[in-house]
Amino acid sequence: MVSPYPESTINPEKIHPVTEYKVPEGKLELPEFYNDVRPLDQVTEVDYYMPGCPPQTERLLEVFMAIVTGAELPPKGSVIGALNKTQCDECDRKKSDNKLIKHFYRPTQIQDDGVTCFLEQGVICMGPATRGGCGYRCIKGNAPCRGCYGPSPDVTDPGAKMMSAIGTMIDANDEKEIEKIVATIDDPAGTFYRFSLPGSILRRKIL
Amino acid sequence: MKRITIDPITRLEGHGKIEIFLKDDGDVENVYFQVPELRGFEKFCEGRPVEELAQIVTKICGVCPGCHHMASGKAADAVYGVEPPPTAKKIRELFYMAHFVHSHIAHFYALAAPDFVVGPTAPAAERNILGVINKVGIEIGTEVIKQRRIAQEIQALLGGHQTHVVLNIPGGVRKGLTEEQRKDIEEKAKGFIEFSKFSMKLFNDVVLANKTYVDLIVNGPYSLNLHSMGLVDENNKVNFYDGKVRVVDTKGKELYKYAPKDYTEFVAERVEPWSYLKFPYLKKIGWKGFVDGQESGVYHATPLSRLNAADGMATPLAQAEYEKMYSTLGGKPVHATLAMHWARLIELLYSSEHLLELSRDPEITGKELRTPLTKTPSEGVGTVEAQRGTLTHHYVTDEKGIVVRANLIVGTTNNNAAICMSLKKAAQNIIKKGVKVDDGALNMVEMAFRAYDPCFSCATHHRPGDMPLILIFRDSGGNIIRTLKRD
Repeated sequence: MVSPYPESTINPEKIHPVTEYKVPEGKLELPEFYNDVRPLDQVTEVDYYMPGCPPQTERLLEVFMAIVTGAELPPKGSVIGALNKTQCDECDRKKSDNKLIKHFYRPTQIQDDGVTCFLEQGVICMGPATRGGCGYRCIKGNAPCRGCYGPSPDVTDPGAKMMSAIGTMIDANDEKEIEKIVATIDDPAGTFYRFSLPGSILRRKIL
Repeated sequence: MKRITIDPITRLEGHGKIEIFLKDDGDVENVYFQVPELRGFEKFCEGRPVEELAQIVTKICGVCPGCHHMASGKAADAVYGVEPPPTAKKIRELFYMAHFVHSHIAHFYALAAPDFVVGPTAPAAERNILGVINKVGIEIGTEVIKQRRIAQEIQALLGGHQTHVVLNIPGGVRKGLTEEQRKDIEEKAKGFIEFSKFSMKLFNDVVLANKTYVDLIVNGPYSLNLHSMGLVDENNKVNFYDGKVRVVDTKGKELYKYAPKDYTEFVAERVEPWSYLKFPYLKKIGWKGFVDGQESGVYHATPLSRLNAADGMATPLAQAEYEKMYSTLGGKPVHATLAMHWARLIELLYSSEHLLELSRDPEITGKELRTPLTKTPSEGVGTVEAQRGTLTHHYVTDEKGIVVRANLIVGTTNNNAAICMSLKKAAQNIIKKGVKVDDGALNMVEMAFRAYDPCFSCATHHRPGDMPLILIFRDSGGNIIRTLKRD
């Protein structure tokens, strides 16, 4: 599978970092790694969820202002500093009501026209499953959304939501043809769940 | 044996831990700089379409995401065997100069200046960006924040998202410039040049005019005899976006000059059981341990090493400052770790000048932004200079362009062994028997790693200048004898 690949690490003794190591002067410690990645709320109690990687300046300002002015804070566990709608609701790219797709394309495989909805051009865009509030900046840079603002309101699993959204767009009724169209999506898990796999129903989500 | 643990140190992206072991008389026996985390990017890049990586790797860090974006974009071009059109290359470089302006301003004013403008042993409460503003005045403080913001705006204009940019796509860029935008950037670049000149003057007035500081830079415990690495253009001038990697030895003589794709012939990485971060070294010399000098394989990749490795700067004002630095510090190469701050300011001036040149380039508003992809993707290397050192991304893909292996050698990683050694040297000279280890002494130790500008997300984690530290002094039985806290 792996091609002859030049490796920059030279480690004939197969040394691995270890949690405890004795040096002449004493013992050195490193933290242990778990065999899993967990979302924050499975590890500690979360007061508020503020989406974004990182949150946008305007949203941070809104939240700080709410705190410093002593405004009434939303109930614990709320999502703050974001909009109550999806990316698509915010995005100004041209959309028709008739999203029908016969082939999916990677951004490298088409010449984006800079105007039309990515999904309508056949490019996977996480907009329908992603919460608005970032100002759809990646889309303004002519790149499709990848979902870093987290699930849109009332969505628990953005990957599942995206798959259902895609399902309604596939322009075919024949099972074989549907399969053929779906097969044009490269790396579906890495795209639909890029920022949400550890909390998804596919993994060890505590429901 | 007593030990001092500094954990966490926070002025770097992620985490770091310093273990200082003391002899019974209070002198320093040894120092270990440990990186206790592992991000795993190389692993989870596997299976992703190669063009997605430029958007994924920016999430490594909020300080130099643009560098990873550039290295990734160039590696993906190489995977497809494609050259972007001239306009696309120039837009990338223009973006990249703005990225350098923003990052170098942040490091100098927020992270480095407190040690010089306010003073290395000033009270911790004043040794921060607010202390700097207090000293230099509110107008200048406002100007610092304004110029950095303008640099961010240029990045957002071209890259969509101002932090995690989306500019690059294999074969070119996603967005071009209009004439109106070009003019606006031209004006902003002029402002950067004025601000860079001002910063240079500030450094002259505050640092170079102060004998104590010059003595600290030249004769302080902050020098290592290391080989120097940096990207150079066809005239051996410093270049951040493209060129060949040049390595000069501790005496300034060229050791190697190689195309980035050949990096594995020249650089190797070593694993130590006590750190998650690897230790790169010059492969042809080999690993000789944590030692400096001509016989050692340890090198550094920093603003200073870039200037050491090049024959000069490609722009006139920066070139004049380059000459001044070397004549003041006794010729090339310079081994004073703290001179990295000076070199960083010279680079700020170069970035501003080059940004202006690019904004006036007739091709910058061209309409041809992408070269079509016609070859089967396979393997590619992309190298740029990150603010914190030479950055290399190397991808191998299948015939559909899905990544099967990824190898990254990151800016700060180059300097892992050098940072360990700098910390040891500083600690050995500052923490001695009979010397009270107070906050000021600790800061003097920290200045050793701060010069390298290890990635630190100053906007998101901690207030600059305020490092929460806990020092635990233990006796030879491991019992705590004294705890020093700073939070």
